[in-house]
Amino acid sequence: MNCTKCKTKAVIGLPRHNAAFCKGCFNGFVHDQVARAIKSEKMFGKEDRVLVAVSGGKDSLALWDILLKLGYRADALYVNLGIGTYSEQSHAKVTKFAVMVTASHGATLHLHTVEQEAGAGIKELAQLIHRPTCSTCGTIKRYQFNRVAIEQNYDVMATGHNLDDEAARLLGNVLHWQEEYLDKQGPSLPASVDGFAKKVKPLYRLSERELAAYAVLNRIDYIVEECPMAKGSKMLQYKEVLNRLETESPGTKQMFYWGFLEKQSKKQPTATTMTEKDRAILHPCTSCSQPTTAEVCSYCKMMLRAKTVVPR
Amino acid sequence: MEDYDPPMQVQLSHPARTVEVKGPKKVKELLRELNLVVEAHLVIKGDDLVTEDEMLYDGDQIEIRPVISGGTPERTSLVNRKSNFVSSFYE
Repeated sequence: MNCTKCKTKAVIGLPRHNAAFCKGCFNGFVHDQVARAIKSEKMFGKEDRVLVAVSGGKDSLALWDILLKLGYRADALYVNLGIGTYSEQSHAKVTKFAVMVTASHGATLHLHTVEQEAGAGIKELAQLIHRPTCSTCGTIKRYQFNRVAIEQNYDVMATGHNLDDEAARLLGNVLHWQEEYLDKQGPSLPASVDGFAKKVKPLYRLSERELAAYAVLNRIDYIVEECPMAKGSKMLQYKEVLNRLETESPGTKQMFYWGFLEKQSKKQPTATTMTEKDRAILHPCTSCSQPTTAEVCSYCKMMLRAKTVVPR
Repeated sequence: MEDYDPPMQVQLSHPARTVEVKGPKKVKELLRELNLVVEAHLVIKGDDLVTEDEMLYDGDQIEIRPVISGGTPERTSLVNRKSNFVSSFYE
């Protein structure tokens, strides 16, 4: 198989684009897809400060790498969840990568350790407060990324969600007819109220396989092991089903998610109406001031419970 | 006595294990034989990515790397459907 562009030996075939690329042309393709996402969704500009949420996995490290190579001012935040050797390994991968980009691009890595603040790792914390681990993880990560973005004056926070993540999430929401979640499944969410950072997903045009290939080709050392807490999750089941469809019918995932985005763009909500909705229901948490619909936000409730039951 | 190449060594993940497969065989045939979906895997020979039409031979060191991850949890029906604990954050 030869590269569609330069006709040298290809390293990856992309059936959904009816193309194959060598390393150089594939890197160009990936960078172009991210640049198109940033521009078409008006995510951020070259002067903006971007905070990338990194986990040690392929997507987030690839995102940080791509943004820096495209010339953006991108720093990162890693949240150590305290999941035994998995967190130790992912922390090490992030630190190793950060040493390189700090030297070559002057980027900064911020760190937050759940155990230091809550007195326990995510698994123990979830058990103590009787919540599913993935839900606890989501609440903590969203809170900490937003907190650092606001406190450190970043213009926007970027996550490594890819086409597979978004297609699987859309499938889950459609299967359960959770229409209220669909409004916020776009790749760019505005900073609707004071205390919320703008949130973007620059990788939504790239599949998980393409991002893994980018990481391998560019010698990005990421954690291959799956998070032990995610085993058997519905999200993984949806991805498996979508990948079987994709293999039989290339382009299925992008038709599903991009088609959804196109339909959403032709109707409401626009950024304005989303902002209006948020402003009507959100107000500052009495404990931490981050926006919430309740008196005290979910994160502060969680920490309060943890601090009453975890011996310090 | 004829020279003998051992079968190709194929490293798999989740769980980590190595299996031996007799070559020669195309990448897509190897994946099919192992019942693995192309879209969810990369095939790495030595240090290089290889395409589905590449031929693999006895003696080759192959890694089949899964590319699927759980993804950072987001607010969806999957995680908070029955919860009344979470108030709001990007909801």
